[in-house]
Amino acid sequence: MNKLSFSIGGVHPDDCKISRNCSIEELPLPGVMHVSMAQHLGAPATPVVAVGDRVRTGQVIGEPAGFISAFVHSPASGTVKSIGPGKDLSGRMVTHIDIAVEGDEWAEGIDRSSTLVTEIPEDRTFILERIRANGVVGLGGATFPTHVKLNPAPGSKAECLIINGAECEPYLTSDFRVLVERTREVVVGATIMRRALGDCRTVIAVEENKPEAIMSLRAAMGELHMEGLEIAVLRKKYPQGGEKQLIDAVMHRQVKSGGLPISVGAVVQNVSTALAVYEAVQKNRPLISNVLTVTGDCLPVERQHNYLFRIGMPLSYIAEYAGGVPEGAAKIVSGGPMMGRAVSEMEASTVKGSSSLLYLSEKATRRAPESNCIRCGRCASACPMGLEPFLLVRLAKAGDAAGLEAASVQDCIECGCCLYSCPAAVPLLDHIRPAKGQVMGIIRARAAAAKAADDKK
Amino acid sequence: MNSIVLWTVVILSSLGLVLAVVLYLVARRFKVEEDPRIDRVEAVMPGANCGGCGYAGCRAFAEAAVKDTTLDGHYCPVGGTPVMKQVADILGYELKEQAPMIAVVRCNGSCEARPKVNEYDGAKSCRVVSALYAGETLCQYGCVGCGDCVSACPFGAISMDAGTGLPVVDERKCTACGSCVKACPKGVIELRAKGPRGMRVYVSCISRDKGAVARKACQSACIGCGKCRKVCAAEAIRIEDNLSYIDFTKCRLCKKCVAECPTGAIHAVNFPVLKKKEAEGE
Amino acid sequence: MDRFIVSPSPHIHAPVSTRSLMRDVLIALAPAVVVSCLFYGWSELLVIAVSVVSCVLVEWALTRYVLRRPSTVGDLSAALTGVLLALNLPVSTPWWVVFVGALFAIGVAKITFGGLGQNIFNPAIAGRVFLLVSFPSYMTDWTAPQGLIGGGPDAFSGATPLSALKEQLAGGAAVDVSALASQYSYRSVLFANLGGSAGEVCAVALLVGFVYLLCRKVVKIWIPLSIFATVAVISLVFSSIDPVRFTGPLFNLLTGGLILGACYMATDYVTSPMTSLGGIVYGVGIGLIVMMIRYFGSYPEGVSFAILVMNMAVPLIDRGFHSRKFGRA
Repeated sequence: MNKLSFSIGGVHPDDCKISRNCSIEELPLPGVMHVSMAQHLGAPATPVVAVGDRVRTGQVIGEPAGFISAFVHSPASGTVKSIGPGKDLSGRMVTHIDIAVEGDEWAEGIDRSSTLVTEIPEDRTFILERIRANGVVGLGGATFPTHVKLNPAPGSKAECLIINGAECEPYLTSDFRVLVERTREVVVGATIMRRALGDCRTVIAVEENKPEAIMSLRAAMGELHMEGLEIAVLRKKYPQGGEKQLIDAVMHRQVKSGGLPISVGAVVQNVSTALAVYEAVQKNRPLISNVLTVTGDCLPVERQHNYLFRIGMPLSYIAEYAGGVPEGAAKIVSGGPMMGRAVSEMEASTVKGSSSLLYLSEKATRRAPESNCIRCGRCASACPMGLEPFLLVRLAKAGDAAGLEAASVQDCIECGCCLYSCPAAVPLLDHIRPAKGQVMGIIRARAAAAKAADDKK
Repeated sequence: MNSIVLWTVVILSSLGLVLAVVLYLVARRFKVEEDPRIDRVEAVMPGANCGGCGYAGCRAFAEAAVKDTTLDGHYCPVGGTPVMKQVADILGYELKEQAPMIAVVRCNGSCEARPKVNEYDGAKSCRVVSALYAGETLCQYGCVGCGDCVSACPFGAISMDAGTGLPVVDERKCTACGSCVKACPKGVIELRAKGPRGMRVYVSCISRDKGAVARKACQSACIGCGKCRKVCAAEAIRIEDNLSYIDFTKCRLCKKCVAECPTGAIHAVNFPVLKKKEAEGE
Repeated sequence: MDRFIVSPSPHIHAPVSTRSLMRDVLIALAPAVVVSCLFYGWSELLVIAVSVVSCVLVEWALTRYVLRRPSTVGDLSAALTGVLLALNLPVSTPWWVVFVGALFAIGVAKITFGGLGQNIFNPAIAGRVFLLVSFPSYMTDWTAPQGLIGGGPDAFSGATPLSALKEQLAGGAAVDVSALASQYSYRSVLFANLGGSAGEVCAVALLVGFVYLLCRKVVKIWIPLSIFATVAVISLVFSSIDPVRFTGPLFNLLTGGLILGACYMATDYVTSPMTSLGGIVYGVGIGLIVMMIRYFGSYPEGVSFAILVMNMAVPLIDRGFHSRKFGRA
């Protein structure tokens, strides 16, 4: 079979999918839930409940505070204990709603049965409204509100919907388990999104290291007779699941610098998002749970799990339930080892985009001491955006914003390939990240000024 | 043999002559007329090109100052009043006196007072750390300790104290150019009046956490208790967001607040040693 | 562990380090070292040992006492320079000349620029060229192989093929170079039967090592390939115009340390361009200069000089040739 891949750079870390055979288990509810209001890209949601209020599972507790924002629902029933700043996993203060859990009594209008509903609603606005009202955001990492992405600006037309099942990050298996265990729901979810985008071509893209997922997808598609769906097998290469890389692999089109995927007619959605869309549209069930992998190189296989968790469960609760932090763990990461965030605050809660609790040993994660760049060019060969990280770091250290922009630092997708592949352990991405932020700021300010000048005319 | 030498001399000399003429003509053709005062102003500048004045360097400052009609908004923090006086003389502008300033590190969360709760393993840069997370300690406001200010200082006036892990400003070298203030992502460093004979009092903490939280994170944090404000006769102290701030334009250096502070967050520096001992004895 | 590590992503790293890369190059050079020792005997082993030990010692001493930095001998780059320098010297080089070469290579060409990664010139080549201009008599004393496996071919004089050629050409009268070249059977060049510096002795051993480097993805093929292609094309063109004056492609490819230079010295990370396209430009430049020196210059060889000259052009090449960017076609 012809395996697809993106055209520039990339690295081949060992995929370490140790937890691939662990079926999804549902976690019991803890005593307290800390629900963050900043679980999505864009403006944090505004709390709409007060301390002392009784809430039911699936009830709205936060409303979107802007165009790019999302609803937040209560993950359990109980009493609102407090509303105020709480630490996220980086120790930063974010508004949280704390709920003292008293059972699991669901709000009305939510279909909790497991019957598969295959009838796709015809009305596009109905689909988008259901997705919006149920707080669905992209679960592939960026947590961009899904209804915004499925509603391209006038003038742009979606030609291809790509369902991202690449899961190119090592260790993670949550999307894989969803693909294997909830295949039919994913297929229906994909078809719903396809309908929302005007019945465009729809490709479910899976990396070659997940043959079981590909098999069950084929079976489900045969069984459900959903039209217009294709499967694309991708080569195992990181960052195959990066949005721009995936579009390049599947459609052989490169999104221009600064452009959105829709500019080349592409919309990319994660498989877990497809599941969430299915539940939101067919069952009117809000996004209050997701699948998370508990894994790591220092965690014995029998202690690895894929959990269905309620959004708002503290990380420490999940860690405790899974048998505590394993011996030899030196770093705890939320997300994959390439792009995930190191956890400094275990009391922080899970959010919609949480995909893993990853325990890495000292040996696996400790950086070698930085030494001189030996100009080997591995960072440039590895960069999937074709940038030259060694040059960007030099420019960043010199504070040359114009030079950085000319060298396209703004195109960096922060995938980590450069730092991963550097033999001298130069912290390339560490320095590039703030430089990118600075240049993006300059570009935005310039665009705003140009727009203001235009408006004056 | 002789003819070789002769030809060499002739060719080289004529070459030199031709090129000299070309250079002269080019120089005349492309001559840029500049206000001669720019050169004179630049000559009296310190020449550190630190950017502390807000311009790209001393020449840029000179150009801007010459272009303007007053010296308002033009101040060289490095050269201070003496240099500005000379500049004012050259340009014939009036000069407003400005008190000498100094960079003050407003964090006293030493390794001892502020225990680490995790270990950072990445690029040694305060900017990178503060963009990543709250930091190695429970205090998300204080000094990160990677020394961005040290490398930003064009005068080598800042060094990291190995014992406390905090930057130390060398008063003799600091010119209050503000490079460190810009470099610090946490906003820990402030430019304050140097004070008479260097004597000054300041709150060495910028934590806005509530008292109990701040205290848990750091033993020497300002907990916003307000005792200092009560004893201050000059009304120089205000408390905002659980943090005390001493207005250096109002402070009379009585040091009452220093003795009153329960966590030792208020620092008094350069006071005569004798007086300090008396205060301790009381 | 009570305090966990926190760092920016990525949280895992490829199993490669400067040390492992240098080790791979050393492994790749092992066949050539073994063959040259077999053919030249114990004295060659001595040259290599002196070169490696002095390079490492000089690096250690200078980083420790002059730069006052942690020693960098652990990254094996100094040892690699030592081996490369030794392979570029005639077997008869006295030990103290080897030491002076090492001193120059590490002390001047590497440490003065700031150590590994900062140097402009390939240290081993800089050391060799320094010796070539300082001690020309030692550096051109090509004794014929008298190896450990006995019975070295003493059918020809101690000159290298290229220097023999140069001498005859300089001697006046038109020489039929094709006749001269045919004196040296290509079999003997390929399998270590010629006079010359140790590294020139066995092309097959060098190529085997280079294939190892390619398989381990330590180096990319572009630089050596473009050097070989340029040398081949130029010599093909010139030799077909005037086969009496100009030697042919195979002769030029297999002699004068071209393989050693192209595969191991021109591919030095530090002193070669970062991008593949830049590498091709760099390789073509080396090939051109080598052939110009060989055909029209007064030195018999030219690989070292060509690499040094192109080393200087690397910053310029890096400025002009960037990698292909995503979405900016």
